[in-house]
Amino acid sequence: MRHTISILVENRFGVLTRVAGLFSGRGFNIESLTVAETQDPQVSRMTIVTRGEDRIIEQINKQLNKLIDVIKVTDVTAEEHVERELVLIKLNAEEKNRPEILRMTDIFRGKVVDVSARSYTVEITGSDSKIKAFLEMVRPLGIQEVARTGKVAISRGARTLAPKNK
Amino acid sequence: MKLTGAQIIVESLLAQGVDTIFGLPGGVVLPLYDALYGSKLKHILVRHEQGAVHMADGYSRATGRCGVALVTSGPGATNTVTGIATAYMDSIPMVVITGQVPANLIGNDAFQEADIVGITRPCTKHNYLVRDTKDLARTIKEAFYIATSGKPGPVLIDVPKDVLTKQAEFLYPESVHIRSYNPTVEGHIAQVKRAFEKIKASKKPVLYVGGGMILSNAADELFRFATGCHIPVTTTLMAMDSFPTRHELSLGMLGMHGTYAANMAMHEADVIIALGSRFDDRVTGNLAGFAPNADIIHVDIDPTSIGKNVAADIPVVGDLMDVMKKLNAMRAEDKTDWADAHREWLKTADEWKNLYPLRYDRSPEGKIKPQYVIQQAYELAKGMDPIFTTEVGQSQMWAAQFLTFEKPRTFLTSGGLGTMGYGLPAAIGAQAAFPNRLVVDIAGDGSIQMNIQELITAVQYGLNVKVAILNNGVLGMVHQWQELFFGKRYSASEFQVNPDFVKLAEAYGAVGLRATKESEVQDVLKEAYRTQKPVLMDFAVDREEKVFPMVPAGGTVKDILLA
Repeated sequence: MRHTISILVENRFGVLTRVAGLFSGRGFNIESLTVAETQDPQVSRMTIVTRGEDRIIEQINKQLNKLIDVIKVTDVTAEEHVERELVLIKLNAEEKNRPEILRMTDIFRGKVVDVSARSYTVEITGSDSKIKAFLEMVRPLGIQEVARTGKVAISRGARTLAPKNK
Repeated sequence: MKLTGAQIIVESLLAQGVDTIFGLPGGVVLPLYDALYGSKLKHILVRHEQGAVHMADGYSRATGRCGVALVTSGPGATNTVTGIATAYMDSIPMVVITGQVPANLIGNDAFQEADIVGITRPCTKHNYLVRDTKDLARTIKEAFYIATSGKPGPVLIDVPKDVLTKQAEFLYPESVHIRSYNPTVEGHIAQVKRAFEKIKASKKPVLYVGGGMILSNAADELFRFATGCHIPVTTTLMAMDSFPTRHELSLGMLGMHGTYAANMAMHEADVIIALGSRFDDRVTGNLAGFAPNADIIHVDIDPTSIGKNVAADIPVVGDLMDVMKKLNAMRAEDKTDWADAHREWLKTADEWKNLYPLRYDRSPEGKIKPQYVIQQAYELAKGMDPIFTTEVGQSQMWAAQFLTFEKPRTFLTSGGLGTMGYGLPAAIGAQAAFPNRLVVDIAGDGSIQMNIQELITAVQYGLNVKVAILNNGVLGMVHQWQELFFGKRYSASEFQVNPDFVKLAEAYGAVGLRATKESEVQDVLKEAYRTQKPVLMDFAVDREEKVFPMVPAGGTVKDILLA
């Protein structure tokens, strides 16, 4: 089963390698990984999407917690949460394609962020299924390039992953 | 007071209570070696950096204190990797300080540059690259705290040359707080209670004890609990010295080369109480056939060890010292007639012990059996407060089977990584900690050649270790597997030639002794133990001898080979 794991880490060099090395060294897989600073510049937040049986996911959680620079680990899959990913898609923009690109972008509440004689670049934000659906719809028009951020996630309601002692 | 980085390191180590460090200088650490000159820190100069780390490891295992090694950048640092990985697999507290090229050259492929922080990331508990002299003291404090707390392990500190030469205000921190690191020491009382009730309800319990018992210094509590509750004890290789070998409750070692009784007891048990052990593959064999009837109580300070290989019915996270004390307190309040409750079970265990005890046949022609040498190595050392170290392979397994252990921290062996070449430097490290005790390395002719260069270190410092080489002219364990599982196709396991170990010892300024007949074994050991010098003993042992019992890799107790 697919799990989305949020991790707060000390914002130090080398921490990303420690986390990534843990996954590769123990044969855990990473579907996507994002990392950036939080409201506290000393703390970074990682979101890792991984797959595995419950036993593997439990090991991943424990092993992450064991890393000295990891402050907090939460498997957000287990709770109500919001997940989003941002995708930039460069599409063939021949004369006949342009209305269809604009229509699709509108339906999926995306934005055209760059235009040239031969290409339109569209920005789409959403869940996995929405992004997948959009890519399916525009595929016949000719996708030149796709850049995805990977997923970020946050729990619903007032609960936070505040950096306190684990 | 302003000090250079090099002085800060020396002062920090002294403030940390370190008395001895093991190392070898080189270009970038010269400022640090200059600061060591004339300081109160005793420095043991090794001949290869791997030796320094194994010595720090042996020192740590023998004393329970944190061992320290110091090396230069590049090859000095990379030479430590096997030693660090050895300590990591066995959770040995250690701090390794490596020099690094000046900060402005890092990443430029400078002379003797290696990314040792990157290289050792998967085999250290934590590591640091110090970028500013003012961070040095705090980093060292943190390193010792991390190395020695929770599940212990090696911590590496990489220090660029300019950080050693620049100055900063020195104040050694009194305490350390790391917000992201707070190991659970106290076992949850409700979980301990559940464990105790489960033990009370059991008819056929086994205490399965691992290296954590040694690391927690909790062997006395184990003894109280086992004898109080009349529960048989089996130990892993890492914990042979956690329970007296000759006690009636001792089943000996379990696993691949464990006793028949220990493996049968695990197989038939209704409750297995795993204490600081981790169900590794050499213990369990085929997981599908392992301990089919048992509920598992698993106590460990490391949550990742619990449920990793075998699911635990009652997990308890905590330091064994704390958990064992709680269990003993519960036992003291309890009215159970334990002797009666476990009489049948202990009788069965005794039957297994008597049915297939560890044994070997003496040679009618007077050939030396390796097991005999090991038994005599202990018998003649009794009363001399001996510490035994081992290399890895047949000699190590025979040592585990045929030595007798009376108290903790007297059996130093590379369990997890299985590092050939560990025993001699580890013995030197232990001898440095206890100059007046007898320290004996049980070695093979293969293993001893992997760090033989450290013999001169022993000679230089008068660390009078005794090495008993069980010389069979082959890589014994490899040879045994080839005989049993590869149709006697001895691919690359037979040494066509070996050095003359007696002459080699003499060349080093040590003493060399040789025995080729069983009748000479005792005399050689006695002379070695008497001699106030390092001694290399060359025992020409019977090549045909194999390590039994053996549960083949991936098998169960049903597949056990007894001879």
